[in-house]
Amino acid sequence: MDPVAAKYIGAGLACVGMAGTAIGLGILFGQFLSGALRNPSAADGQRGTLLLGFALTEALGIFSLLIALLLLFAL
Amino acid sequence: MFEGLGAVAAGADGGQGPIAQFELKTLVPIKLFGFDASFTNSSAFMMLTTGAVVAFLLIAMSNRSLVPNRLQSVAELIYSFVATTVRENVGEAGMKFFPLVFSLFIFVLALNLLGMVPGGFTVTSHIIITAALAMLVIGIVIVYGLMKHGLGFFKLFLPSDVPVWLVPIMIPIEVLSFLSRPISLSVRLFANMLAGHIALKIFAGFVGTLLFAGGWAILAPIPLALTVALTALEFLVAFLQAYVFAVLTCIYLNDAVHAGHH
Repeated sequence: MDPVAAKYIGAGLACVGMAGTAIGLGILFGQFLSGALRNPSAADGQRGTLLLGFALTEALGIFSLLIALLLLFAL
Repeated sequence: MFEGLGAVAAGADGGQGPIAQFELKTLVPIKLFGFDASFTNSSAFMMLTTGAVVAFLLIAMSNRSLVPNRLQSVAELIYSFVATTVRENVGEAGMKFFPLVFSLFIFVLALNLLGMVPGGFTVTSHIIITAALAMLVIGIVIVYGLMKHGLGFFKLFLPSDVPVWLVPIMIPIEVLSFLSRPISLSVRLFANMLAGHIALKIFAGFVGTLLFAGGWAILAPIPLALTVALTALEFLVAFLQAYVFAVLTCIYLNDAVHAGHH
């Protein structure tokens, strides 16, 4: 296969990893919301944990985006 | 890696590619024992950031009063925010690490935020900077853990009340997860800043492309609005990543302070 074409295909494939992050973020915010609607008074105290979880989850998607960017620009 | 990235971007389209903003420019060339220790725009931004943080804290606390004015309450807010984080994650015994965590948090936060200034340089988008910070944290964890607990520090790799048959599986997993901490800590911060800034640049590029594409120019406000929204998200990410860096530092320090208690 043409190496340049393979590079672009690889970059596209690397981005598929972000689907996992999308699912994870959906679960994260969905669960938070369902918990927060059941007990709104306890929700404010958990906002820090929510944002921490958001940042940790989002970072994993960024890792696969990073691989795609490295394939596109650095290799 | 980034010398390569910068050269590719500069060569491909005259230094205006999405990667060109991360290029290191040598301001004062310095050679030390055969190493390239030049003063670059990265060093200049780090000094600017440190100066800005120190100046801010000095000015904010210059006329202390019981009822704080605006600047003083901002400084107190940051202080108590970090102090609460350390106390919750490490406990009272960890408060001796408060200066370390506070410096790391405010340094990374200021670097991230100053990187959001248009035309600025994002120091934390270079893995060598974040890797140095992460190795500092892990080095302190190992050295302090060994000093405080001696060989008992290695109980970290064997959680208490594990069934005997699990021990040969648990130890390699725990060692691997410990060794991957500096990597994940540094790559998380660096990749977030790098990817965020590249995404901003690419979306901003769409505006220009659409404006010069004849009738398609009426669609140009859409990527412009997206760029504005992304900028807001990037400010959130800039704060969150500094916070995550500080929290994970606290969690790792907790292992050193309370080894074998988890």
